[in-house]
Amino acid sequence: MSAVVVDQLVKRYAGPPPVTALDGISLDIAAGQIYGLLGPNGAGKTTTIGICTSRVRATGGRAVIAGFDVAAAPVEVRARIGVVSQAITLDRSCTIRENLEFHCRYFGMNPADARGRARELLDRFRIADRADALPGQLSGGLAQRVQLARAISHRPDVLFLDEPTAGLDPQSRLALWDLVRSLQAEGLTIVLTTHYMEEADELTERLAVIDHGKVLIEGTPEQLKREHGGTTRLDTVLSDGSGAAAALTGSESVQAVHATERGLRLTLDPSPDALAAVLARLAPFGLREVTVVEPSLETVFISLTGRDLRE
Amino acid sequence: MNKVPPVMAVVRGLWRRDLAVLRREGVAFALRTVMNPLLVVFVFTYVLPKSGQGFQTAGATSFATVLTPGLIAVAMIFTGVAAVALPLSVELGATREIEDRILAPAPLHTIPLARIAFGAVQAILSGALVFPIVTLLPATPVDVHVASWPLLVAMLLLAGWTSAALGLFLGTVVKPAQIGLLFALVLTPITFLGCVYYPWASLQPIRWLQIGVLINPLVYMSEGLRTALTANVPHLPVAVSVTALAGLGVLFTGLGVRTFRRRVID
Repeated sequence: MSAVVVDQLVKRYAGPPPVTALDGISLDIAAGQIYGLLGPNGAGKTTTIGICTSRVRATGGRAVIAGFDVAAAPVEVRARIGVVSQAITLDRSCTIRENLEFHCRYFGMNPADARGRARELLDRFRIADRADALPGQLSGGLAQRVQLARAISHRPDVLFLDEPTAGLDPQSRLALWDLVRSLQAEGLTIVLTTHYMEEADELTERLAVIDHGKVLIEGTPEQLKREHGGTTRLDTVLSDGSGAAAALTGSESVQAVHATERGLRLTLDPSPDALAAVLARLAPFGLREVTVVEPSLETVFISLTGRDLRE
Repeated sequence: MNKVPPVMAVVRGLWRRDLAVLRREGVAFALRTVMNPLLVVFVFTYVLPKSGQGFQTAGATSFATVLTPGLIAVAMIFTGVAAVALPLSVELGATREIEDRILAPAPLHTIPLARIAFGAVQAILSGALVFPIVTLLPATPVDVHVASWPLLVAMLLLAGWTSAALGLFLGTVVKPAQIGLLFALVLTPITFLGCVYYPWASLQPIRWLQIGVLINPLVYMSEGLRTALTANVPHLPVAVSVTALAGLGVLFTGLGVRTFRRRVID
């Protein structure tokens, strides 16, 4: 079953200058998945999430979330989604506990249930010791964790995370990834945008690479890397490298050979047999260390657009 | 599965939140409300008469009697506008704090309408806070009696609603950085030209002004409360005050909900 269906979404801003933010994006996201939208800033990821969450009106096309058309039934959609936006949008006049409790009230929980749910989430997200702090007193990582707790407090079916780890330190990022995985394990469908390749690679089961308001390619991370990631890089350390390069001549899967200080750097075809064949040829030269750099989503993006994700 | 809660459940949640925030600044709220009428009453109806410089208004009514409904009306419009416009302007601004409430499972207009209702209650509360000050403090006699309770209640409700609705409209169009300007360019002229210190009828010699101030909602609030509290002071016909306030209330509510929608939906 599809949790999110996006069909030919178009978003144009009249300007000036006129901008086409989305240029016909289509996605079909199965329930229970962690799905990623990967692309550089300005690609259209946030606009897509905005339309799915009823905060942005589409110029064309439609989005159906949990079976409800966003344009026709925004209230039904809002009742079934949780949203963590890029910026910290916690209610600054209220404590962390109140942020969670009142959010539950906005979703119709009675006062006792809302209080109980807030307490439960404070414990689960390990923020109980800051329950009575104001949002302004929290670090970015902690505030983002509160936002995540708030977004799931009303038990949504689909969770939208817009650049959830932007600006977080590595430790907070890993902690957030763990939380996201645990939420998926509970049956939530999670749609996240990111411009971090590692995040898309580590966390998502499927992803769409988006650029200039269009989906360039869609699939599992492995599939995308295999089909569009290009080459595997192999760094070797050899105790006696002389003649090693010559020994590789005629090996079909080797595209390029560069001598390094301690050995050779090879560029290989992404074929599954290439590695074994090359290692066998290098073994006589005192092979000490091998580092394999697999194709990454970064190389996928570069091969599709000729640009770096961070440009 | 039906997951959409009744709209009133969402509204109760919104009010519960606003109440928690208001309670935290309860003392500040009371001081803000009371300070202006306290000083006006003290200077104009205590210091000036005692020092022999008091105004004498037309007829037998004292200036303190003229002031009573006017100062209640000013307190209400200040509170109503401030209670809605100030927080809303910030929440719609850079912090986007309003976002969590926009994502609540209720029609979008629920949020501004709930805010108006809450602001109206605060406006009425501030009117009640001001009442003992303007009636008990003056050195000159204050001739106040409730001509008709239903009329007084209706005037308070209409005045509270219109003030809060004006606050909604202003809060959705004014950026946080322009709040100072809001007070200087909107609330101050409204106050001085709102028939607070003089009844509308007394503007007769300055006909252009008498016509001009009719766009000011505070005129109808002051005059309407005069009808309800100090019937001896000349005042606009009650039908005019009620109709005008209701009309302005509808206008500001409609405009405010529209600009709110524009601000939150891209």
